[in-house]
Amino acid sequence: MKKFWKAANFRLKFGLIVTFIFLIIGFVVYYFPHIDPFLNNTYANKLPASAEHWLGTTSMGQDVVWLLIESIHNSLTIGLIVATIGTVVGVFVGLLAGFAGGALDRILMIVTDTFVVIPSLPILIMMTSLMKGSSTTIIMALVLGMFAWAWPSRQIRSMALSIKERDFIHTAKFSGENTIQIVVTEILPFALTWSLSNFMNATLSAIGSESSLAVLGLSPANLVSLGNMIQWARQYNAIFNKQWLWIGAPVVATVILFIGLFMLITGYNDYLSMKRGR
Amino acid sequence: MKFKTFFAQRLLAWALTILIGVTFIFFIPRMFPSDPVENMISQMETRSGNMDPEVKDALRQQLRIQFGLDGTMLEQYAYYLTHGLLRFDFGPSLMSYPEPVTTIIGRNLPYTLGLSLTTTLMAWCLGNFIGLLAGFRKNKRSSKILEGIAICIYPIPYFLIALILQIVFAFVLGWFPIQTTLLTRGTFAMWLGSLIKASILPAISMLLLGTGWWIISMKSLASTTSEEDFVMYARYRGISEAKIGASYVFRNSILTQITALAMSLGGVFGGSIMTEIIFNYPGVGTLIQGAILQSDYNMILGCITISIVAISTATLIVDLVYPFIDPRIRYG
Repeated sequence: MKKFWKAANFRLKFGLIVTFIFLIIGFVVYYFPHIDPFLNNTYANKLPASAEHWLGTTSMGQDVVWLLIESIHNSLTIGLIVATIGTVVGVFVGLLAGFAGGALDRILMIVTDTFVVIPSLPILIMMTSLMKGSSTTIIMALVLGMFAWAWPSRQIRSMALSIKERDFIHTAKFSGENTIQIVVTEILPFALTWSLSNFMNATLSAIGSESSLAVLGLSPANLVSLGNMIQWARQYNAIFNKQWLWIGAPVVATVILFIGLFMLITGYNDYLSMKRGR
Repeated sequence: MKFKTFFAQRLLAWALTILIGVTFIFFIPRMFPSDPVENMISQMETRSGNMDPEVKDALRQQLRIQFGLDGTMLEQYAYYLTHGLLRFDFGPSLMSYPEPVTTIIGRNLPYTLGLSLTTTLMAWCLGNFIGLLAGFRKNKRSSKILEGIAICIYPIPYFLIALILQIVFAFVLGWFPIQTTLLTRGTFAMWLGSLIKASILPAISMLLLGTGWWIISMKSLASTTSEEDFVMYARYRGISEAKIGASYVFRNSILTQITALAMSLGGVFGGSIMTEIIFNYPGVGTLIQGAILQSDYNMILGCITISIVAISTATLIVDLVYPFIDPRIRYG
């Protein structure tokens, strides 16, 4: 661990710290007992920041701090579910296409290529606008997951194609391992290091897509997410009324979270290439 | 490979992408239980009292035809492909009945295309230039600072950059109008003036994000290329640094960036939609938002079909231009 920290570059360290803080807020602090921040009129409206309400309250009498903590929790959850779906399906399809070859490979790649180029936001808008309000967090995550698998499966496929021809795979084959064994023991480790960076990327883009949809009013109406929190603040004229803490808190939190995650990704990639170089 | 073969392959991929895309957006909505026609009839009834059953049936029939929901699923699909996809005829809009959807989109699309194409090209040129400088001289302090700024801007979603710019420059500083207002009367010059004034903030927010990405990717490409043997050799031959940068590193790195440009267009379009909505800019994005609010399904379907066709076509064009730029690819 100490060795890792010493070898890590600045971006990786910064990204790790920021992501860790957000994970603590989203999955530890979140479980501290508190009043459901979604309820209206729990406290007096439009309070300024104080010792009791660190970031004041909203026009509906909600505590901004707890609203923010809950939205970080939900946004991270959606991001992690989507990234898991994308990574698992992507790795599976990629390995399948890379190893099966032939017609199956060709068909899978046509579909994958389509999903890579197709503009995802318009289709997401179409789908979510039909279930306006009635969708849930899980449906939202599933819908976002539909666009998260294509890129990894394409990358994993080309990775599988290049590894397939290396000597150690032939050795494994001649020593009597079957294809599934080879995939699991020889190729998956390669795919996993890459998938980790892709996983973080998918988390980032899923949180981004969800908040974009929220600004369009297409995220589930009762879901406290970073995007919805920004959208609610806009709807209730937080900007016109100069309630900067209310609109500012989710904006600043999203920006820091995204920069942290992105630094983690690029830092991790640099770290990997440096390690390989040695 | 002959150019004809390459061209045919790309054309086939283009057609397949569009076909799979529109099939997707055609069938997915039909799997949901909600029926836009019944929704509309019940909306009418709450607004103006109960209707005669006969009138209701006639109305239902009429609406089904207008929504393209008449007949079996396959008939509807065939109708959508022949009318919607081939002739861009999506029926009347419900927001501004009975004006056809296509006319309204035709009015809004130039704004979206103008905003996104201009900013994309500017961002691509600017980002590649800065990225080249930063990657070619990667140990300079200025290069590191530039890359640091790019890394801090790029991951932020489009609408958030737009929102931050709007709050800072329109609300707090008051330098720009908060909402877009285009003059509909007066001379052409006055209209153009109002368009430029309204476009500055949306354009800046799209430029910032676009440029960020091209700086990051060009920097890593250029720094790898400038360590290659042929660049070393050029240095030993005493060729000036400027010339090495322009004709050795740049020419070899830019090719990857052209492919990347083609891949990025879908994302740029999505970003343009979000930016427009924040600034209320009169493009397709604002149209989609209005259509969602008023459940105008013809309009949503029309906007999304046209955007899929537009993005796929733009990608195709960039791909077809590629072999003319890369001197290593020559078709007989």
